[in-house]
Amino acid sequence: MRDLSIYIHIPFCVRKCLYCDFLSFPVRGAETGGEEELERYQRLLLEEIKQQSIFYKEHQVVSIFLGGGTPSLMTEEQMREIMEQIRAYYRVAEEAEITVEINPGTVTEEKLRGYITCGINRISIGLQSADNEELVRIGRIHTYEQFLETYRAARGVGFTNINIDLMAALPGQSIVSYHNTLRRVVSLRPEHISAYSLILEEGTPLYEKRDRYVFPSEEEDRQMYLMTGRYLSAHGYHRYEISNYAREGYECRHNKVYWQRGDYVGFGLGASSMVEDVRWSNPAGMEEYAAYAVQARTPAASVHAETSADAVRPGENASSVCPHRERLTVREQMEEFMFLGLRMMCGVEREAFGEKFGQPIEQVYGDVINRLCTQGLLMTEHGRIRLTERGIDISNYVMAEFLFD
Amino acid sequence: MAAIDQSKIRNFCIVAHIDHGKSTLADRIIEQTGLLTSREMQAQVLDNMELERERGITIKAQTVRTVYTAKDGNEYIFNLIDTPGHVDFNYEVSRSLAACDGAILVVDAAQGIEAQTLANVYLALDHDLDVFPVINKIDLPSAEPERVKNEIEDVIGIEAQDAPLISAKNGIGIEDVLEAIVEKIPAPGGDPKNPLQALIFDSVYDSYKGVIVFCRVMEGTVKKGTAIKMMATGASAEVVEVGYFGAGQFIPCEELSAGMVGYLTASIKNVKDTAVGDTVTDLHHPCAEPLPGYKKVNSMVYCGMYPADGAKYPDLRDALEKLQLNDASLHYEPETSVALGFGFRCGFLGLLHLEIIQERLEREYNLDLVTTAPGVIYRVHKTNGDIIELTNPSNLPDPSEIDYMEEPIVNAEIMVTTDFIGPIMQLCQERRGKYLSTEYIETTRVLLKYELPLNEIIYDFFDALKSRSRGYASFDYELKGYEPSKLVKLDILINREEVDALSFIVHADGAYERGRKMCEKLKEEIPRHLFEIPIQAAVGGKVIARETVKALRKDVLAKCYGGDITRKKKLLEKQKEGKKRMRQIGTVEVPQSAFMSVLKLDND
Repeated sequence: MRDLSIYIHIPFCVRKCLYCDFLSFPVRGAETGGEEELERYQRLLLEEIKQQSIFYKEHQVVSIFLGGGTPSLMTEEQMREIMEQIRAYYRVAEEAEITVEINPGTVTEEKLRGYITCGINRISIGLQSADNEELVRIGRIHTYEQFLETYRAARGVGFTNINIDLMAALPGQSIVSYHNTLRRVVSLRPEHISAYSLILEEGTPLYEKRDRYVFPSEEEDRQMYLMTGRYLSAHGYHRYEISNYAREGYECRHNKVYWQRGDYVGFGLGASSMVEDVRWSNPAGMEEYAAYAVQARTPAASVHAETSADAVRPGENASSVCPHRERLTVREQMEEFMFLGLRMMCGVEREAFGEKFGQPIEQVYGDVINRLCTQGLLMTEHGRIRLTERGIDISNYVMAEFLFD
Repeated sequence: MAAIDQSKIRNFCIVAHIDHGKSTLADRIIEQTGLLTSREMQAQVLDNMELERERGITIKAQTVRTVYTAKDGNEYIFNLIDTPGHVDFNYEVSRSLAACDGAILVVDAAQGIEAQTLANVYLALDHDLDVFPVINKIDLPSAEPERVKNEIEDVIGIEAQDAPLISAKNGIGIEDVLEAIVEKIPAPGGDPKNPLQALIFDSVYDSYKGVIVFCRVMEGTVKKGTAIKMMATGASAEVVEVGYFGAGQFIPCEELSAGMVGYLTASIKNVKDTAVGDTVTDLHHPCAEPLPGYKKVNSMVYCGMYPADGAKYPDLRDALEKLQLNDASLHYEPETSVALGFGFRCGFLGLLHLEIIQERLEREYNLDLVTTAPGVIYRVHKTNGDIIELTNPSNLPDPSEIDYMEEPIVNAEIMVTTDFIGPIMQLCQERRGKYLSTEYIETTRVLLKYELPLNEIIYDFFDALKSRSRGYASFDYELKGYEPSKLVKLDILINREEVDALSFIVHADGAYERGRKMCEKLKEEIPRHLFEIPIQAAVGGKVIARETVKALRKDVLAKCYGGDITRKKKLLEKQKEGKKRMRQIGTVEVPQSAFMSVLKLDND
């Protein structure tokens, strides 16, 4: 029985944050049909979850992650139906990690209680900063105080595994204010903290208005980033991935599936999947997605089988194929094995590479590894290869080296 | 075939400023003389090279023969000889003009006379051509035909009151032009029985026929089997075929006799043997002396051309060889650069010629090129009395061996409306121009005359001229000669290593400014490395400007959301792809674009 992880995408949010370039859009107000929109989408999800299940009869679901957008826009009732649908059509492991992303200001204690009742056992709260002015500048809809309320409510109803999302290098942010954010967050003792540097993505409003803000200098950005590691480690959080920190035993299992290239299937608009080295994404247009989600499927013999008129593979319809559906070549698998694996502090295991690909890692990447080790960017230890501190700083540079020409 | 009546031949060309409608008028003439059906007409029949069409200019002179039945009931043979429209090709223009007996001057009814118009008209008058004007684009709202007529009479001094008013684009007034050709352009002279004397005004290479020589027979007759000799190059051959020019095709005929324009082939393998301007004569009965005006065309501008992918060096060599078959003015010789590997030092008539060759290499031969900064030929007088013609800055002798250096100077004529005299004079000043005179063409327009160093105008002078005059200035120049100048070699050091491909010769007064700009530009172009990279500009070992590319401190990707690995991989691939297009200089990877970008240093 193979492990499977499920990602469910809820593209709706109250208002799009100024830095956000994910597939999300504001839900319309109740008076203009926003509720119906969400309802219709939730029914599509229920249908997709059911239709896709035929491909995963031999799988056991080990983690579920509801991301967005703002999944916490869903009522406890809608959430319960989704969880019930999954349990009805999939074998969900007893100890499965089930996470929902929560935006402060979008949940009540009652909703949180509803979530926990339907089996959700982990929440991830998007705080980003404990400084209200910084929050306004990046277009967040909540204050630090609203976050505190949400956090306390979550603890109150019994969530024992909580992540808090933070961002560094925000416009107008100083090293002092960032330190203050870290201090406040750590004092709440969440089980998990993720801390990313803001990346200005082209096409976002923040990018367009970038000249109006003062961003931390590159050196300040670096200082914040180094401080994150030091401060969190001093307070019992160990870094297990470039930007993720956890208390003992609380590493996010779902995230690790991505880095370790386990099988995962994504449901919802534009959601990404990878099953047995085949990748695809769901359609990103709502109507195309709707058509895809509801179509009944007869499974082909396997994800790799030749297609035939009456049987389809995951990531396909009878009449169409999902965007970007491709079976990764062995070389592409090797590339991913390296650049995803190296995101984790424990790095990649030499022998695991050899076992998966039938040839020793030295034969494929010996030169690259030696060079990067000489440059002080990689180190090898106990049969594993991992990034050094310096290598973490410029991980893009290191990872790009593992791509073939 | 009945002998062609010499009195019914008209050999002419069209002269005009760029964009004034020369090619369009040529199309109309060809169309209305019925040589081609409308269906056969391409938009511009004469400009049959793809590149020419895109740039809207004629690169190689081409020519076409048409038959016109005039109002007097007689059939006339028109030989329309097309001329290149750019100052780089002045010599080709002059040889094409020499093949004609008359010229049509096309002037834009809105814009009037431009510097280039003047230059070409004077060139035509120098060749004793009968010139008559036509006013084109009369259907434009801004057309002022009367003003333009007066301008032509005042400035050029030719009769313009009965000039045909036409719109070549919309086919208005073309008939008038055809009748004017019959009336105003004289029939050719010459005696078919005299010894052969024919002017080569162009040639193209054909892989089956060898070189196809375009010529105007001045005296005598040439036919299949005639043993011919080129008087300047000394090459001799036996004629295989003679003929005339259909539109876009060669039509063989019995013979070409005095007054006719056509082509001949003689299994000649190299266009170098059939230099433009040379005289073809009969090997056994040569004419007394060659036609006047021949000169060897020299390259004015040089640059290094390197294949982006070193393995493509043989491909580049083959491509240059092929282009040279058709373009005797292209010179090249192999050279080696520490930074760029194996390539060629290439010589061109001017910057436009350079750009055209570069584009053709990239487009027609699929080559990815790295080009070094174009330079002119400097004369280095050494203390031991030797004189070096320097085309590659890297070959500059040690300063202790140099007595003095000279650089080429041009006589430039700039036509500009009075509003922009100030900015244009300032521009010429900045480019080390020596003011000669101002001539008023009419109350609102002047002709400025300057002496300018050629190396100051080969980069971006034309662009600067256009931008400072809001497009109103036009420009023409010819080489005047060499003059002593205070020149230095500016070297660029990346991470303390001299990069030969970035060295160039510059006037001492401009060295600091130039060096500073190059360092700034390179700083933008060179990606950050794991270590700090100094970029320095130096003259004679002394650093005059410096920038630093800071070491890469942090480079971490953002969140990869919901397992969207594809997007992340694309980012990494982009990073990797960028690296592939780099040149290794010591331990520094320099993008190829850096070599080109320093050619375009903004002036403001």
